[in-house]
Amino acid sequence: MAVTIDDVRHIAALARLGVDDARAVSLVSELNTILAHMDVLSTVDISGVEGVAGIGAFAAPLRPDVGPPIPLARPIASFAPQERDGFFLVSRLSTHEDPEAP
Amino acid sequence: MSTSAALPPESGAGALSAAELGDAVARGDLEPEVAARAALERAVAIGACDRSALNLLLYTDAADAAAQASAVGERRRRRGAGPGPLAGVPVVLKDNIATTALPTTCGSRILEGYVSPYDASVVTRLREAGAVIVAKSNMDEFAMGSSTENSAFGPTRNPLDPARVPGGSSGGSAAAVAAGLARIALGSETGGSVRQPAAFCGVVGVKPTYGRVSRFGLVAFASSLDQVGVFGRTVDDAALGLQVIAGHDPLDSTSAALPVPDYRSAVRGAMTGVVIGRPREYFPDDLDPRVRARCDAALDALAGLGAEIRDVSLPHSRLAIEAYYIIAPAEASSNLARFDGVRYGLRIEADGLRGMYEATRSRGFGAEVTRRILLGTYVLSAGYYDAYYRKAQQVRALIASDFARVFGDGVHLLFTPTTPTPAFELGACAEPYDMYLSDIYTCTANLAGVPALSLPIGRVDGLPVGGQLIAPHFDERQLFAAAFALERALGDEALR
Repeated sequence: MAVTIDDVRHIAALARLGVDDARAVSLVSELNTILAHMDVLSTVDISGVEGVAGIGAFAAPLRPDVGPPIPLARPIASFAPQERDGFFLVSRLSTHEDPEAP
Repeated sequence: MSTSAALPPESGAGALSAAELGDAVARGDLEPEVAARAALERAVAIGACDRSALNLLLYTDAADAAAQASAVGERRRRRGAGPGPLAGVPVVLKDNIATTALPTTCGSRILEGYVSPYDASVVTRLREAGAVIVAKSNMDEFAMGSSTENSAFGPTRNPLDPARVPGGSSGGSAAAVAAGLARIALGSETGGSVRQPAAFCGVVGVKPTYGRVSRFGLVAFASSLDQVGVFGRTVDDAALGLQVIAGHDPLDSTSAALPVPDYRSAVRGAMTGVVIGRPREYFPDDLDPRVRARCDAALDALAGLGAEIRDVSLPHSRLAIEAYYIIAPAEASSNLARFDGVRYGLRIEADGLRGMYEATRSRGFGAEVTRRILLGTYVLSAGYYDAYYRKAQQVRALIASDFARVFGDGVHLLFTPTTPTPAFELGACAEPYDMYLSDIYTCTANLAGVPALSLPIGRVDGLPVGGQLIAPHFDERQLFAAAFALERALGDEALR
């Protein structure tokens, strides 16, 4: 399952990472070297084994949907550029077309 | 550079254990300001903040440390208010633990200058216990590395031999304890990032059970593996540090609502009736014979204390590195998506929203972080998920079942080397996979969620060697009991 340069460009786009052509070429080699080691997993008999996403003594417990207050050292207004209704307002990007945005 | 040339001798407050220092402050024999000032003066004296020297600290604030110390002194003087078990004890934090008074940058350009609006829960607990946070320490960027060479702010050097790495990713915290800046420092573990640098720097490092310590305010790398860990100069220092930060936290839904036993009162002497497993997969034929000899001596010491040493097998441990380096990058690729130029730190303006994301992230992340985000994105992407990520999750289940079986068969603890070799020279691990192998004996405990501790068991050519003890889930007390006993049996020679 060798990684190609098109794969690198595709996953870089998915990951929102800018990768120039020279770096993409070196990443093909680096990722293939690493993934070659991972191929040993394909030799393991895992039939009937249930995978685990995490290990804990308990499943993540549910709690009422009223999170405990996060102990902020400063009020939101002091570290957000602007704030409205409890949400941060950030600088408008050129691709944001909403004329009401800040 | 030799140790003696690199480090001036410790004296005064710096020579006291964490418990002794806290007791001295509580009694009024030592002013907390004196201890904080001594730590920061030592930092200057050894080049702890100097990129051309040890470069083990990223941020200090003498005025804030003095204010914290003054507040501790005021608590002591106030009638009825105990100053806490860490009264006036200087503590160093890894730079991925959120603090309101010092920046939290994870050793990354993308968070340069970022100051958290809240303290991590472990920081709140340290403050309540009277500790004085004196510095944030250098680390591999976003905890991705095993040498602290991947920091955007320059590599940290091992205070015992500056030509060598301190290990990583919590190398700055390990080096701070080894250099005598603090008796206690916090790091974080995802695959061995406390135990491995503890072994390289000749100090004690403990990774608690997953869920034992709150992760609230620990910047996420791989959430199913991450835990805050503790460094101590001695086992007692580490036990005291963990005692303070352990316990349930409603701000972290994965923290366990279990009582925390008293670690420092764990039995420190005979180990009669304790069965210690020696997993054969951790002692391969090609293990560095010098490391093997130190481990054999440690096992002999444990047997001399009355422990039964039993050969055991953890057969799926041979697959741990491969499973780990699929699962951890997969989780990292998701967790690090939040660093997009909008919500935190660096923003590089470019053409359009996507252009801004890509420019910010490619400029802000270093080479190893970029590599792991891409690796993680790849193993989660359509067509490769089943072959890599799902299979790694299944192998993780097998690794965890190995530990459960051995502990279920009457083995109380496991003993292994912490690392295959002592500290290596800067630049020695140029290939990423070679660096990944540094975690070969440590990442299994993270995958299985069990607690583990590294302590010095001797030296090879002047470099420390670490021995690792591993216990069943939430049995840190037994871990400390064995560590206390082994530390005492091996004597000061193993520590120094």
